[in-house]
Amino acid sequence: MTDRDETYAKIFTLIEPFNKKGIDIEPGTRFAQDLEWDSLTVMDFVASVEDEFDILISMNRAAEIETVDQLVDAVRQLESER
Amino acid sequence: MSDLFSKFDDLIALREGLLSTGVTDPFNLVMEKVESPTVAICNGRRTILLGTYNYMGMTFDPDVVAAGKKALDEFGSGTTGSRVLNGTYVGHRAVEDALKDFYAMDHAMVFSTGYQANLGIISTIAGKGDYIILDIDSHASIYDGCAMGNAEIVPFRHNDIDALEKRLKRVPAGAGKLVVLEGVYSMLGDIAPLKEMIAVSKANGAMVLVDEAHSMGFIGEHGRGVAEAQGVIDDVDFIIGTFSKSVGTVGGFCVSNHPKFEILRLVCRPYVFTASLPPSVVATAATSIRKLMDSKAKRNHLWENSKRLHAGLRQLGFKLGTEKSQSAIIAVIMPDLETGAAMWEALLKEGLYVNLARPPATPAGMTLLRCSLCAEHSSEQVEEILGMFAAAGRTTGCI
Repeated sequence: MTDRDETYAKIFTLIEPFNKKGIDIEPGTRFAQDLEWDSLTVMDFVASVEDEFDILISMNRAAEIETVDQLVDAVRQLESER
Repeated sequence: MSDLFSKFDDLIALREGLLSTGVTDPFNLVMEKVESPTVAICNGRRTILLGTYNYMGMTFDPDVVAAGKKALDEFGSGTTGSRVLNGTYVGHRAVEDALKDFYAMDHAMVFSTGYQANLGIISTIAGKGDYIILDIDSHASIYDGCAMGNAEIVPFRHNDIDALEKRLKRVPAGAGKLVVLEGVYSMLGDIAPLKEMIAVSKANGAMVLVDEAHSMGFIGEHGRGVAEAQGVIDDVDFIIGTFSKSVGTVGGFCVSNHPKFEILRLVCRPYVFTASLPPSVVATAATSIRKLMDSKAKRNHLWENSKRLHAGLRQLGFKLGTEKSQSAIIAVIMPDLETGAAMWEALLKEGLYVNLARPPATPAGMTLLRCSLCAEHSSEQVEEILGMFAAAGRTTGCI
């Protein structure tokens, strides 16, 4: 498992409790359109990602993240900047 | 041509669906006559007002009204100008002096609305590379102030001290930090643990802004708000407030002891690029603020009203936003929008006005019937209100 796979796996686990519709999660899955998350769900989810990786994902940054893949990249970048 | 309004289609459908049930539009009420801070005529019916934010009932205070009339006669109907050009009259200085005395602080800056005060202060003091850490349930004006500026915006879970602390510690070294909190959160009427949150913020080198819009005049020994009540007002860098609640008119302000505060008058765009408040408005505000300093008996009566309404509604079987009454706001939680609208209408037919609040204004997708009490509600009126809730609750099957 590469580091990236590990990050992906962790995020996959974090998505589960918010995946009320039971959508199959893939790298291209979009949070707003596919998972149908509203802004409050997104904020709760972002908080759980922040706590898991001990990073800050500002709203400005989060607004640019549409897919699971993009989130994995953003988390890895934020971890490297820490 | 694509219709720019198609983005509103879902909301238009939701609204039409609701109104097609025959319910009165809860967002289109007209007050035909206003008799007092607590009574108006709506649809020809005498209605007790329980959703006005007119906490201290200053809107019909004879001294306040007289001051407004005198200023209208002496200074005219409006300033037609910005505070930094032709829009500062003696009355604007006088109301800022009244605020400095009320809060015992060095500086006061008055905006044309409370919304603009948050918009202006937040967007101006937190710039590129700075971090704003804010409670997730913050008012729209706080979020809009964040959106207008260039800082990094980081929300944390409502009233969660640990979540705030964790985020403060993750801010990159050297970055400026502004923590934004509210004294009373207006949707559920709950208060913030400011003592702990401000301690954590200060320990991590952040400046603190507290919006005390819903506590001014009522909470704290001198009515300065929740920060005063919790003994931490001296650690607050900026207090934001409004004239449109306890003060009883319109306008917003920021008070502070920051030695460089006055520079904001030149750099804060929502202060500079808009007309100042009319002379009559600042005259009523200054008179009201000075009277609020000495309103202990009214504050005590308002607490009695709040506690009685909370206990009475709970006894009737309604689900409320807080375990105990923490402010002058009591939020009744409705199961959904349809029931909320039906209950709102049933109350109106009984002769009671409350606020119907729904997402995005409310947290967690809740529909609320929000009640805000007034120091001028008599104890008898509060009992009358409880009777109306009982009747409307039974009519709609809520209880």
